[in-house]
Amino acid sequence: MQRGLDAELKKQLDEEEKRIISDEHWFLDLPELKAKENYIIEERSYAPCEDLVFGRMSFRGFNPEVEKLMLLMNTHKEEEDDEEEDNVSRMETDITDEEMARRYESLVESMRKKFAKKRDRSAITKNKEDVNCNAVDNRPKKAFLKPQY
Amino acid sequence: MDTVHACFEEKIGEVLLPGDVFSFRLPESGDGSIKTGPGLRRNGEEVQVYKSGILRHKQPNMYWIDSQQRRVRVLDSHHVIGIVTAKSGDIFKVDVGGSEQASLSYLAFEGATKRNRPNVQVGDLVYGQFTIANKDMEPKLVCIDSCGRANGMGVFGADGLLFKLSLGLMRRLLAPQSEIAKDLEKIFPFELVVGMNGRVWSCENMTSQQRQTLFKRVAEGSL
Repeated sequence: MQRGLDAELKKQLDEEEKRIISDEHWFLDLPELKAKENYIIEERSYAPCEDLVFGRMSFRGFNPEVEKLMLLMNTHKEEEDDEEEDNVSRMETDITDEEMARRYESLVESMRKKFAKKRDRSAITKNKEDVNCNAVDNRPKKAFLKPQY
Repeated sequence: MDTVHACFEEKIGEVLLPGDVFSFRLPESGDGSIKTGPGLRRNGEEVQVYKSGILRHKQPNMYWIDSQQRRVRVLDSHHVIGIVTAKSGDIFKVDVGGSEQASLSYLAFEGATKRNRPNVQVGDLVYGQFTIANKDMEPKLVCIDSCGRANGMGVFGADGLLFKLSLGLMRRLLAPQSEIAKDLEKIFPFELVVGMNGRVWSCENMTSQQRQTLFKRVAEGSL
């Protein structure tokens, strides 16, 4: 017994509906005009023409938050202009690269220890000096030994 | 492509009147484009001037007419200063100086939720940007950007003074190497908010003595 429409029937009906709706849409059948549309782009505002800066300004430290904002918004605008240049400027960092590498190393170590099984944890501390993991642990893994009566 | 630019280039810096036309044959190949700013409009194959003013050019391909006006143009993504005039249900009505009041939803502030409503009263000043701004619909303001951050928008200014200026002066204040801003900076520390609708708010902390000396200097014309 059919309770509702079939999936196929539904699809067909949907497609027909869409066709009817798009037929009712009016459009200009002028391909030349369309090609020219892409050539001349209209901007309605002065802001991109004259490179206007952000509207909130603070001078001589009157409002330090606004001064921070000014730097942020205006360098953001400059970055957009510099997209074409291939200068990769270094961002100002709070910590140096070496310190970051050291921190990361110790982080990896501690994470590995956390998820290692109890038996492997001691192995890790023994092998700490071997940074490049050259020494492979060749001992057979301790498995469960069934008691023999 | 060069012929197209050449026919603009000879008029750069000259005063043009509405009705002047730049007609050129568009190149068949689809590389490059021309951006027309305010004052220039495309009319079929030609570019027509509809405002009187001076033709300006910006590299690489932007041309526009530099003209003065006082009437506010409500345009998309413009940052404006608005005055809250009414609070009706979930939206605030904000006066931005246009022919209609803009609507500002209470959720369009950073960190606002249905439970955590922003503290906006009638008469407050808000700095926001338009999301809907055309001549057919009611303008809509938001105080939040597309990522959800405030970026300096929102309610501001408990003290300070708001006044109206012409739009040309507005643009001169906001120009990247603005001399006016540099000169003002030398005088005293202050804060300025400039809206593209001709409104400027400023706030400073001067003692009355400093103010008096400043007014004297202005009166003498030594500034």
